[in-house]
Amino acid sequence: MAKIIAGVGCSHVPAIGAALDQGKTEDPYWKPVFDGFVRSREIMAQLKPDIVIEVYNDHGSAFSLQYIPTFCLGVAEEFQPADEGWGPRPVPVVKGDPDFAWHLVESLILNEFDMTIVNEMEVDHGLTVPLSLMFGQVKEWPCPVIPLPVNVVTYPPPSGKRCFALGRAIKKAVEEYPKDMRVVVFGTGGMSHQIHGERCGLINTKFDTAFLDGLTKDPQKLAQIEHKTYVTDGGAESIELVMWHIMRGALEDNAKEAYRFYHVPASNTAVGNIILTNPGVL
Amino acid sequence: MAKSEEYADIPGTYLFDKRACAKGYHLNNFCMSLMKEANRKEFLGNEPAYLDKFKLTPEQRQAVLDRNWLKMIQEGGNIYYVSKLGATSGFSFEMMAASMAGTTRENYRNMMIGGGRSIEGNRSKAEQAAQKKGNA
Repeated sequence: MAKIIAGVGCSHVPAIGAALDQGKTEDPYWKPVFDGFVRSREIMAQLKPDIVIEVYNDHGSAFSLQYIPTFCLGVAEEFQPADEGWGPRPVPVVKGDPDFAWHLVESLILNEFDMTIVNEMEVDHGLTVPLSLMFGQVKEWPCPVIPLPVNVVTYPPPSGKRCFALGRAIKKAVEEYPKDMRVVVFGTGGMSHQIHGERCGLINTKFDTAFLDGLTKDPQKLAQIEHKTYVTDGGAESIELVMWHIMRGALEDNAKEAYRFYHVPASNTAVGNIILTNPGVL
Repeated sequence: MAKSEEYADIPGTYLFDKRACAKGYHLNNFCMSLMKEANRKEFLGNEPAYLDKFKLTPEQRQAVLDRNWLKMIQEGGNIYYVSKLGATSGFSFEMMAASMAGTTRENYRNMMIGGGRSIEGNRSKAEQAAQKKGNA
């Protein structure tokens, strides 16, 4: 049987991908950011997932404003990195797992989560930057990745509570899958940041720290935070953090914190990374 | 949960809501078209002619020609789309951010290295107005 072994919360700042791709990891500005992820990669190597379900948001790359689906699931065999205006990132093609992905789709929809099924899609920095940070600069990603894009760009995104419940439904779906597989769920985006308007550059470390603490202290309560609180206190684009609740909902209530890293700034953003493991995994 | 109207008191913030999405639809579509290299070349070769293909308002068109990032946001542009125009025309995100914040690139960079813009005093327009009144 498949089982979820761990969850990863990780920012997906595009400038981190650019710095990595341009060989700037040793620059004084970037070194502290990349140093923080060395331990993350060691833990990922220990966890050795067979598959990753990655929750992220598309930034106007695969989806225009023509269709704005709230929850999607990619069922393709592969997903090419998107050209976001400066050429595609030089990272491996993301391989999917159609059999597993279709199983998720079926189980989720029959359990009241009406996913949009995506047969063809390019993936942008939202998906590829966390993969680079957690797996390094590799020729091939170490396992298949199921993309799960969420609308957090056009208001209103799904509530934290709804996201947490989707995580719960993913947990159930994974446990119903007959193959033995170790599954890791990524929730990406955030942490505090605002990248538009006169209030650009807002960072709120207190808010971020409380959020990271809440993931193990009282995750159900954390998922009750309202959109307006994110937008006001964490900066408009910190609303991406709702996606972390999907990851958290997919784990056991008593999942443990295995690692945490936090750094300000990467470009306009507070970078956060947390690895949570289910009991008995590490 | 708050409806989008209830966000109006947050300073310097333009929620990409029902109004912005409707108002900025064609502007954002123009930006999205710049994801293709051929389109980027065509746009940079003759900006007015390329813009004729999209149903922009006069304000949106002028903001694009002026690379006025804040104005584009105010006219319904979404930052993730607008940043594709930034990338196409050689503006780093830092340059765009500094311009929207009304400061120099150097000041903006230093603010970020110093820990970013503080939340204190930046939560509410009403609070800011009361503070200003109190100081006067």
